[in-house]
Amino acid sequence: MSMAIEPLLLSTLAPLVAALREDGYRVVGPTVRDGAIVLDELESADALPYGWGVDVEPGGYRLRRRADGASFAHAASPRSWKSYLHPPREPLWTASRDGAGDLTVREPEEEPPRYAFLGVRACDLRAIAVLDRVLGTPGGRYARRRERVLIVAVNCTEPAATCFCAATGSGPAARDGFDLALTELAGPRYLAESGSERGDGLLSRLPGEPPGDTVVTEARAAVAAAAGRMGRSLPEGDLRELLAGARTAARWDDVSARCLTCGNCTMVCPTCFCTTVEDSTDLTGGTARRDERWDSCFDIDFSYLHGGPVRASAAARYRQWLSHKLGTWHDQFGESGCVGCGRCIVWCPAGIDITEEANALAEEATR
Amino acid sequence: MTETMTPLPYRVTGRRIEAADTVTLALAPVGERIGPWTPGQFTMLYAFGVGEVPISISGGDGARIRHTVRDVGAVSHAVCGTPVGGVLGLRGPYGCGWDPDSAAGADLVLVAGGIGLAPLRPVLEHALARRERYGRVAVLVGARTPADLLYPREYPAWRAVGVQLLVTVDRADAGWGGHVGVVTTLLDQARFTPGNTVAFVCGPELMMRFTARALGDRGVPAGAVRVSLERNMRCGIALCGHCQLGPLLVCRDGPVAGYDLAGPLLAVKEL
Repeated sequence: MSMAIEPLLLSTLAPLVAALREDGYRVVGPTVRDGAIVLDELESADALPYGWGVDVEPGGYRLRRRADGASFAHAASPRSWKSYLHPPREPLWTASRDGAGDLTVREPEEEPPRYAFLGVRACDLRAIAVLDRVLGTPGGRYARRRERVLIVAVNCTEPAATCFCAATGSGPAARDGFDLALTELAGPRYLAESGSERGDGLLSRLPGEPPGDTVVTEARAAVAAAAGRMGRSLPEGDLRELLAGARTAARWDDVSARCLTCGNCTMVCPTCFCTTVEDSTDLTGGTARRDERWDSCFDIDFSYLHGGPVRASAAARYRQWLSHKLGTWHDQFGESGCVGCGRCIVWCPAGIDITEEANALAEEATR
Repeated sequence: MTETMTPLPYRVTGRRIEAADTVTLALAPVGERIGPWTPGQFTMLYAFGVGEVPISISGGDGARIRHTVRDVGAVSHAVCGTPVGGVLGLRGPYGCGWDPDSAAGADLVLVAGGIGLAPLRPVLEHALARRERYGRVAVLVGARTPADLLYPREYPAWRAVGVQLLVTVDRADAGWGGHVGVVTTLLDQARFTPGNTVAFVCGPELMMRFTARALGDRGVPAGAVRVSLERNMRCGIALCGHCQLGPLLVCRDGPVAGYDLAGPLLAVKEL
C-alpha cells in the first residue's frame, strides 16, 4: 500500500463524489431502489443509502432503518461490480454481406466508460481480482474497461448473517487493489487512506483533518471486530481435493431436491463469468450481428452437445457450480472462485447455503 | 493468446461430399489469415447469421484450411451447404493438439470412429512426411456403413507407404467384403509394441473409452493414449465457461488430453 499521503478524516463524502465527477468519472455506488440497496450511478453523495441497513438470511433480504445514519452499514448488494466490468449483454460485432457474398466484419469502436466504484468491500475487491485473472486478457474487452476504473474501497465493519469473507481470506479489511479505502466511523465520519498514486492525488484535494491515533485505532478495531462476527465458514482443509473426491457424493441428490436450477446464484455471484453468444440477422438478411450475454451453468442448454445436455440432472448442474466455484477454479485459475460475500445464499429462492453444502460434503467425506 | 471473437472471412475453394451427411470444405483466406496450426487444433467456423461451431482442422497447406464437417445441427447444416465461392468466417486455431512430435521413436496407433478420422488425418500426414522418425504406423478406422467411410480415396496411398490400415463398419452392405464390428475388434490385428506405442483416439466418447480400455488390455498405459474431447463451446478462448470437463477447459487444456487425465473424468456421469 502506498503511504506517501497521510490518512485523512472526512466529515462528509460530498467532496469526494464531486471530485470524482469533476475528473470525468461516472461514479457508481450503493443506493436504495425498489426495496433493496443496489449499485447504480450516483449524481452526488446524497444518493448513498444513509441510515439504511439490511436484514438478510438464506432466501431473505429486507431493508431496515438505522438510527446512526451510516451509509455503508449493509450487506453486499444483489448487484455486483461485474455488471460494470463484464456487462450482462454486450455487442461483439456486426457483419455485412454484399451481393457477391463477401463478408465485412466490424467491431464496435466506442471507448469504455471511466467508472469510479465507490464502496467496494473487501469481498468484492477480491472478486474483481478473480475476474481480472479469468477475463483480463491484455488488450481484451475486459482489460480495456478495467484499466479505466478507479476504486474507492470500504473496510467492512458490518458483516451480515450470510457473510463468510474471513473464511475465504478476502476480508473484512481491504488490503490491496484500491485507490482509496474508507472506514466508516460513528457520525458518520470516514477515515480515508490512499492505496495508489491516483488515490494520493484524490486525497490531497479533499477537505478533512488529520485523524489522530485514537481514530485510526478505533477504525482498525471496528474492522477487526467484524471478522469475529461472521456466522458462517467453509470446511477446513483443501477444498479442491475435497470436491474432486466428492463427484459421486450422495449430498448432490439431497441438494438437487431443493435446488430450482433458476440460476439466481450465478447471476448475483460477483465472480460467475460464464457467457453465451446470440446471433441475429436483420430482415433483409444482409446484416448479421453477434452479442455476448451472461449465461448460467444451471441452464439446461449450457452443456448441450449434439442431441442433448451433458448435465441433464439438477444434481449434475449444482455439482458443476459448486465444484467449479470451490474446487476446479483452483485448477483453472490458481485460486478459489468464492470470495465469501454470501450473495448466493441470500438470493437463492430455496435458501440453499453454499457453506452448509460444502460442510455437508466434508462431513460425508469423513464417513 | 490474443482475445478475439471476430471471425476472418474465408472463401470456400473446394467442396467434396464425403458421405450423406458429411462434407469436406477447402477454405482460403479472403484477406487476413489465421495463425499457423498444428494437428488436433480446431477453429471456430462461422456461418453468416446462423452461428459458430468448433471444428477440428482436417488438413491444409499454406494459407488453406481443410475442414470435414458433419451436418448435425443448424450451424453445421449451413456450413455443409455452403457452395464453392461462398464465404464463411474463421477464427483460431485454438486448443492443444495431438503433439505427434513427442511420439517420435514410438509405434503409432491411430483409432478413428466416424468423423473422428478428420482430426486424426493431420497426424497421419505429419507422420508420413517424417516417416523415419516413427516406428510402425497402424490406422484403425470404424464407420457406421461403407458409405460413411471418410477419405477412402486416400487409403491406397497410405497403404503404399507401409501404413497398416484396418477398416470396419457397424453394418455392411451388399458390396462390402471387409470386417464388420466395432472398431475395438480390430485391435487384435494391429501390429505395435505396447510398451513403445502412442495411441491417438478420436470418435464418440463411448468408443474412445472402450478403445482406451482395450489398448490398456494390450499393455498400452493410459498416459500413452491421447483422446480428443468434445464439449459445448461458445468462445474457444477460455472465457465463456461452457466447455468445462471437471478441471479442464476443453478449449484451452484440450481438446487433446492424455487418457490418464481424461479417463477418470469421462467415467463420471454428467460431469
